[in-house]
Amino acid sequence: MTSPEGLLLAMLILPFLGSLTAAFLKPAARTPAWALTWAATLIALGIAAYLYPAVEGRAVLRNEIEWLPSLGLNFLLRLDGLSWIFSILVLGIGALVTLYARYYMSPEDPVPRFFAYLMAFMGSMLGLVLSGNLIQLAFFWELTSLFSFLLIGYWHHNQSARDAARMALIATAAGGLCLLLGVLLIGKIVGSYDLDRVLASGDLIQSSDLYLPALILILLGAFTKSAQFPFHFWLPHAMAAPTPVSAYLHSATMVKAGVFVLIRLWPVLAGTDAWYFIVSTTGLLTLLIGAWAAIFQQDLKGLLAYSTISHLGLITLLLGLGSPLAAVAAIFHAVNHATFKASLFMAAGIIDHETGTRDLRSLSGLYRFMPITATLAMVAAAAMAGVPLLNGFLSKEMFLSASLAEHSGTIIDQALPALATLASAFAVLYSLRFIHQTFFGPAPQGLPRIPGEAPHWMRVPIEILVVACLLVGILPAMTIGPYLATAVHSVLGDATPAYSLAVWHGFNPPLFMSIAALGLGTGAYLLFRKTLNRQDGAPLIRRLKGRKIFEASLAAIVDTARALERLLGTRRLQPQLRLLVVVALLAGLLPFTRLGYGLGDHQGTVVDPGFAVVWMIGGACAIGAAWLAKYHRLAALILTGGAGLVCCITFLWLSAPDLALTQLLVETVTTVLLLLGLRWLPIRAEEVWPGGRAASVTLRRAIDLTIAVAAGLGMTLIAYAVMTRPLPGSVSRFFVERAYPEGGGTNVVNVILVDFRAFDTLGEVTVLAIVALTVFALLRRFRPAQESVGAPAQQRVQNAIDEAREGRQVGDTLKDYLLIPRVIMEWLFPVIMVFAIYLWIRGHDMPGGGFAAGITLSIALIVLYMASGTRRVEARLRVQPARWIGFGLLLALLTGMGAWLFGHPFLTSYFGYLDLPIVGKVPAASALLFDLGVFLIVVGATALILIAIAHQSIRRPSASILRQQALEQGEG
Amino acid sequence: MELVLALGIGILTGSGVWLILRPRTFQVIIGLSLLSYAVNLFIYAMGRLRVDAPAIVERGGAADPAQYADPLPQALVLTAIVISFAMTALLLVVLLAARGLTGTDHVDGDEG
Repeated sequence: MTSPEGLLLAMLILPFLGSLTAAFLKPAARTPAWALTWAATLIALGIAAYLYPAVEGRAVLRNEIEWLPSLGLNFLLRLDGLSWIFSILVLGIGALVTLYARYYMSPEDPVPRFFAYLMAFMGSMLGLVLSGNLIQLAFFWELTSLFSFLLIGYWHHNQSARDAARMALIATAAGGLCLLLGVLLIGKIVGSYDLDRVLASGDLIQSSDLYLPALILILLGAFTKSAQFPFHFWLPHAMAAPTPVSAYLHSATMVKAGVFVLIRLWPVLAGTDAWYFIVSTTGLLTLLIGAWAAIFQQDLKGLLAYSTISHLGLITLLLGLGSPLAAVAAIFHAVNHATFKASLFMAAGIIDHETGTRDLRSLSGLYRFMPITATLAMVAAAAMAGVPLLNGFLSKEMFLSASLAEHSGTIIDQALPALATLASAFAVLYSLRFIHQTFFGPAPQGLPRIPGEAPHWMRVPIEILVVACLLVGILPAMTIGPYLATAVHSVLGDATPAYSLAVWHGFNPPLFMSIAALGLGTGAYLLFRKTLNRQDGAPLIRRLKGRKIFEASLAAIVDTARALERLLGTRRLQPQLRLLVVVALLAGLLPFTRLGYGLGDHQGTVVDPGFAVVWMIGGACAIGAAWLAKYHRLAALILTGGAGLVCCITFLWLSAPDLALTQLLVETVTTVLLLLGLRWLPIRAEEVWPGGRAASVTLRRAIDLTIAVAAGLGMTLIAYAVMTRPLPGSVSRFFVERAYPEGGGTNVVNVILVDFRAFDTLGEVTVLAIVALTVFALLRRFRPAQESVGAPAQQRVQNAIDEAREGRQVGDTLKDYLLIPRVIMEWLFPVIMVFAIYLWIRGHDMPGGGFAAGITLSIALIVLYMASGTRRVEARLRVQPARWIGFGLLLALLTGMGAWLFGHPFLTSYFGYLDLPIVGKVPAASALLFDLGVFLIVVGATALILIAIAHQSIRRPSASILRQQALEQGEG
Repeated sequence: MELVLALGIGILTGSGVWLILRPRTFQVIIGLSLLSYAVNLFIYAMGRLRVDAPAIVERGGAADPAQYADPLPQALVLTAIVISFAMTALLLVVLLAARGLTGTDHVDGDEG
């Protein structure tokens, strides 16, 4: 784990591990949850810092773990300059937010859950920036959407928080779906999802026909995530989240994910006209609209939210321009924005915390109450406005100079310098408003609380970030310089332009634009400050309500779905099944319409008249069962048994003794099972149709009959066509050849079940066990219908005889019932038991095996129950089927795991021969033990099901049912 | 034999399909049983029919696959038989419980 690759993995796993641990803490465990998060984040941050040498000089650190190598998909962590700087942002700001949240969250909140979500989100974000393949990137992308949903909706008792969380999830997850489709297209073009290979295939991608769809899909993903116009609507609503969440999601992480993907794929996607027009136009619109809207916000966090949208638009615009210099500015501004915006959100949180309001109109003159917070906020806001000597100024200068450069010569290009200056002026205006309105002026009136300075440690994160803003702003080359260079080189490679990070570039046009923006913004604020407070929403774009459109489209989708369900759906079983069969029929028919139907020339087996006679009986049984199942259930059941026996004979005739054996035994058990169920069904007399059967009924039956005949005919034709063709080579060859040499058994079917495909068998017996337990659980609360509660008719007759005669007690007839056969049946119990064990042991070499043996033993139990009655048997014999199931599963699992002791994979079998005294040499394979497990499970499951149903007849109906019955009889 | 078996599979399928489309729960159970016979035989038949050649090999070296019936469909069908038993049992209990709760043995829980 101490290798760089191992550390990289550890860095990603730490937050998830921490999240899982925090999730299990008690709601009151505030400090442990915080300490855990703090420690996990700091360690991960330490690892990230330590790994820096691994990415210096365009080096890439990769940790590849095989996942689906056959599909070219591996779990691949990839750290380069760009992902390094984003990891530092994610973890660094994550650590500061954690510290801040400790003081921000109120004691009533379940804090461990908050930290669990926060760390899971941090891990997802890390996973996103570290992803070395595109599918993995899309996966972590969706994870960030999911955890941001949980974080935004953290105060779930709050309706607006729930709505905001849902809106953010729908917008960003839908975008995530587009992103996934986009990267799938990229993968199709390149032939690989590996990021290194994708990044090396820029020309291939741009020349492909799929370039445009892929581009649009990926941009849809990035734009929804990074809240670009017109998908920006979710971000302001997400301010319903606790402030630490806003500070984290909307500065360094969530919204930067979209920008990150744009930067990541910039080398391969950028540079075309489509890219230029879509991305730069979107960015420009978002920049202007966001900044304009921010000016008119009355909510502190709302102002910051729209300013975030605007800054993201700026970054998008820079990326859209397509020049390497603009890309450098984009990366730089992404980092700068994260630092000053996180500190501003935290400052807004402190103001909210201390005064109880975030409304700019009621805030005023807070400087005298909280001078330190005020100073910090002023520096950060100045960075946001782009005041010199702060980091925001540097990237803004780069932006302004990029806006001056020639890109496409279109109208966008010519208007860009003016629009950039305008947007900068807007930024100055709203930053000024934020600061002046909050901290200056007369003392505030009528605040919910008397404000004071926040706890020292709550301010520390802001102090650290503000110091970072200042250091980067004053000494850029010495602080961020080398790291930025590493990040830029990792993206642009050889195309990296010469750029300068100096504070002073002389008197050049960008400086004049900056000065103009500062002057314009300040002037506008002085002119309009009073008017701004009276505004409700931004003029011009007030009607542009993304939320309304979103909700209307959501409602339209839901209504359409409902209408479709009403139109096409049904909860009735018969139409559903009819549809299912018809669709299956058509699907089966389709290939024949194209390829035609024909028989092969394979020489089949010669018809034996006996076989034909057997099947005449079988067919008659099947049709008879279908005919009688409604009114004559017992007869239908017997006829079904007849059809089952014919199947059994067929298997035996056609060289499948194992199947014949199992079919016979299962047939027996199924018949008993259904017999036990019969008494709970209602009595059904043949219906009389006065005036003839309704036409609709006749029509429905005719349709069903047609479907049934068509299905039968289809199966016959397909089965016959297949059987007249020779068997193509299959894996069966492998099984027959290796059964004895490698499995140690001569019964190939059994060797397949307990050795070659033992894992399947394990799954199957587990299903059987689950079914048995489900049956048991369902029957524990079984409420029979009223009319079935009393004793069955036969028993009533018998009891009446007992009562009528002298010297007899009720139940005597029942006791004497089948006396002689009963003795024989009881004596048969040990015989059948021995036979079952015999079947189990010989299974590996001869027909038999665990399944057959298990059912045989359960038949022995059934016979005992039938002969002696439930009460008598259970007075003497305690069968605990659940234990049989448990032991069986355990034995099968342990046998499988035994192989691990010898260094083989799970369920590898061993076989040899044992020399027993008297008996002689017997084969002994570990598969036999596995088969014993199967045996035990089958006995347990079958017995559990049958006994559970049998018990219903001797169960005393609950008091309430008896009472109700008495009432009904009284009324009758 | 092939034709006879194919016809048998067809009759079982037809009866089964007819029954699963009927309104009473007991009919559906019987229908599913018949249908699972048909399906099991169909899967089995995909390994082609052999008389007197069960897949019980000689001890010793590798056996010749041409001498034996195809064991693979048999293994599949063996599994299917046991699972269809479990399914029948579960269905039966669900239907009995539904009958107790709704008072009717109609598949939809009401006589509509």
